[in-house]
Amino acid sequence: MELFDLPLIWAFIIGFGIIMYVLMDGFDLGVGILFPFAPNEESRDTMMNSVAPVWDGNETWLVLGGAGLLAAFPMVYSIFLPALYIGVFLLLAGLIFRGVAFEFRFKARTSRYLWNWAFAGGSTVASFAQGAVVGAYIQGFETANGVYVGGALDWLTPFTVLTGLGMLAGYALLGSTWLIMKTEGYLQEWAYRVSLPLLGAVLVVFGIISVWTPFVDDMVRERWFSNLSVIWILPVLTLLCAFQIFRSVRNRFEGMPFVATMGLFIFTYLGLVVSRWPYVVPPEYTLWDAASAYESQLFLLLGLLFVIPIVLAYTAWTYWVFRGKVRAGEGYH
Amino acid sequence: MELDPLILSRIQFAFVVSFHAIFPVFTIGLASFIATLEALAFKTGNPAWVKLSGFWTKVFAVVFGMGVVSGIVMSFQFGTNWSNFAQASANFLGPMLSYEVVTAFFLEAAFLGVLLFGRDKVPAGIHLLAAIMVATGTFISSFWILSANSWMHTPAGTELRDGVFFVTSWSEAIFNPSFPYRFSHMLLASFLTGGFVVAGVSAWYLLKGREVEANRKALSICLWLLLLLAPTQAVVGDFHGLNTLEHQPMKVAAMEGNWETSRHVPLLLFAIPDQESQRNLYEIGIPSLASFILTHEWDGEVPGLNEVPVAQQPPVAIVFWSFRVMVGLGLLMIAAAVTGLVLRAGGRYWQTPWFLQAMRFMSITPFIAVLAGWFVTEIGRAPWLVYGLMTQAQALTPSLTGGMALFTLIGYIVVYALVFSAGVYYLMRVLYVGLEDRPEEEHEMERPKRPFSAAHVPFEIEHDKQRGKPASQGGH
Ligand code: HDD
Ligand code: HEM
Ligand code: HEM
Repeated sequence: MELFDLPLIWAFIIGFGIIMYVLMDGFDLGVGILFPFAPNEESRDTMMNSVAPVWDGNETWLVLGGAGLLAAFPMVYSIFLPALYIGVFLLLAGLIFRGVAFEFRFKARTSRYLWNWAFAGGSTVASFAQGAVVGAYIQGFETANGVYVGGALDWLTPFTVLTGLGMLAGYALLGSTWLIMKTEGYLQEWAYRVSLPLLGAVLVVFGIISVWTPFVDDMVRERWFSNLSVIWILPVLTLLCAFQIFRSVRNRFEGMPFVATMGLFIFTYLGLVVSRWPYVVPPEYTLWDAASAYESQLFLLLGLLFVIPIVLAYTAWTYWVFRGKVRAGEGYH
Repeated sequence: MELDPLILSRIQFAFVVSFHAIFPVFTIGLASFIATLEALAFKTGNPAWVKLSGFWTKVFAVVFGMGVVSGIVMSFQFGTNWSNFAQASANFLGPMLSYEVVTAFFLEAAFLGVLLFGRDKVPAGIHLLAAIMVATGTFISSFWILSANSWMHTPAGTELRDGVFFVTSWSEAIFNPSFPYRFSHMLLASFLTGGFVVAGVSAWYLLKGREVEANRKALSICLWLLLLLAPTQAVVGDFHGLNTLEHQPMKVAAMEGNWETSRHVPLLLFAIPDQESQRNLYEIGIPSLASFILTHEWDGEVPGLNEVPVAQQPPVAIVFWSFRVMVGLGLLMIAAAVTGLVLRAGGRYWQTPWFLQAMRFMSITPFIAVLAGWFVTEIGRAPWLVYGLMTQAQALTPSLTGGMALFTLIGYIVVYALVFSAGVYYLMRVLYVGLEDRPEEEHEMERPKRPFSAAHVPFEIEHDKQRGKPASQGGH
């Protein structure tokens, strides 16, 4: 009866959804992180305008991620969320404030600085929390009989703080290279200038994380140093991307820095995935343990195959309706 | 005192979902209203329709945005506080919620942008299509989420094995026994909400003599609509109650305040249910009427709370009173709509100040009725979460401590209080500025597709006092 390895197919779908979310919400969170450091208020307006049209749709991927996990890998959903209880609250609170700030900042006069802080603070907290989630995933969870049994703050360790900071730096880099692509004039010049120090910060933090990870987890050490040496191709590709960012920023290319930063994220992400594969709730449960019933996975998959192309088509169409470069004094006032 | 994570989680869920529910219930009705206005504008070319549609779209943008933000919180609640429930019911609820995202949320998000900011960028027909798509999205969304919720009340099409629900029939599970009633009752409630809010705001403008032509039209449409919907809601509600009697008799017993299974049960107009002594204090009722409504026979037998142990009874007083609030307001709505009909003779409905004042007041009643209705439904099923199969206590996250639950409960209350007051304040500003033409309106079209930004009004009240100079928007 079980013709296909559905959990495997679903792992690809969810994995795709996660990287879509990281790349898409990543740059608009990054713009929020950079917000307080912008040269002046006018460039803050432009920065916000550059992400305003896409921000909403980007976050729908997060909702899809949550619902998709519940549908396909309920064990992941029902272990991660309790384990990260406090972190999830911070993430959601950050997203709420930042979403509201988008809307109110442009209507505010005397209270505008408050919304500036809400936007920057919300973005920073949400990004940090997401990085900490990645760290907690590498660390693994204390479970018994498929249920989380650890404490409220087990996820908060020096290691997860570091991954949180890594995510902040990474998103900020995505944000600055996005601004290079979407803006012009002195704001673009500013974005060029901050990109290289950010790249440096990303490399340093990612470097420390890579060295540290094998000590956090034996399995990862095994994998990297003994049986699966092909995966060394991934860090090499990551470094190539970093070099490409460096080169294209130096040469003042407009689109390449952003594309290369996405590459940097993708290869780092793949590195993480192969280090842990096929464990979705380390250290104990694989994706087959965590999967929902076959008929449920099938029921949803059949619908998705039909609906997702339609969704992508009309989303692309609305992007096309609102295409174009963002200039100062355009959009919101 | 030991903090009880169960009670705290229940309070938290009730708080965040009630907060969320306020917004969709309004946007579902309003989205269809806007689509109707757009269609009228498209067909007749009358500028009054365009103006009305533009104005209500701004209101819609603000409310919709708050709905999105609070909805994102909802999708994580099952995992954070009710992880055992999430684990057990994922085979059914997971696909339902995922289908909601891919068939409704993406649709709404994409076409909302075109609706809000695309009037100049796409042909009129496409703009109308966007309005229709957004309205369609809200229906699809209600379909999935109410199916999921109804399944928890009347679980069908599934079988419980080793603590996990497996779906045996998708059609039976999706179209479970209470779903048709809950879906139609909720959609009617949404239309009533949209209708009474639009009617109330129009009445307020008419009282102030602002934009009389457009607002009279809006009030008139709403009154016709309400005249049809309010009585229909009562009939549907009655059927809903009969369905509940069949599947959740203890909830009905609590709604009626009926402690003992008996015949000739009176319809209580007033009582103070006392759970401790298992009886009502100060009863005032109409003899045999409850028997008649529920069984259509004057001496019909109505189940009483004594059929289950005290520990399995829902909290009676709150269910009893919430039900009366809802039905009372429902009857008031019918009265308001009929009064509107009477006043139509000689066109008095839009020039009778006391009626306009009353309609203004009525605009908040649907929100209260909706929350009261949900309280009946949700609290009335206690202690069950999945009726008859899983209790709320079994559903709770095992690792959750009272301290953690208290932390997030206070957190959500603080965050929502801030966001809600800012949002309501801002909405008031939109209503205050009203439909009148303002010179800076043209800029609107270049603005990005963000919900609130369609509502193009400065934030602080004091700016309004300096009207005359183009109200504040950066002087462009
Ligand atoms: C009958 C209607 C109804 C009910 C009972 C609920 N919702 Fe809702 N929800 C909607 C009707 C709706 C809507 C009208 O479709 C919204 C309002 C604003 C929006 O974007 O869509 C929405 C938004 C919305 C969003 C944001 C979507 C986005 O990003 O665009 C999420 C994640 C949820 N909801 C999730 C939930 C959950 C988990 C619920 C139950 C516990 C729930 N909703 C109850
Ligand atoms: C949108 C309108 C809704 C409102 C206003 C509402 C209201 C409430 C309230 C007041 C409670 C508290 C009951 C108690 O503490 O005894 C509750 C419980 C609950 N409801 Fe709903 N509900 C709504 C929709 C839903 C939906 C759509 C779902 C599921 C998909 C749902 C799932 C639950 C769950 C899991 C509980 C148990 C937690 C608890 O007892 O507090 N609700 N709801
Ligand atoms: C006037 C007569 C009305 C009757 C007889 C009636 C009847 C009912 C009943 C019996 C329930 C509980 C269903 C259950 O067992 O779960 C219910 C729930 C509810 N009612 Fe009403 N109702 C009336 C009016 C209204 C009005 C005017 C509104 C709002 C505008 C409303 C909104 C709701 C909502 C939101 C729920 C919870 C969701 C659901 O279960 O459908 N009702 N109603």
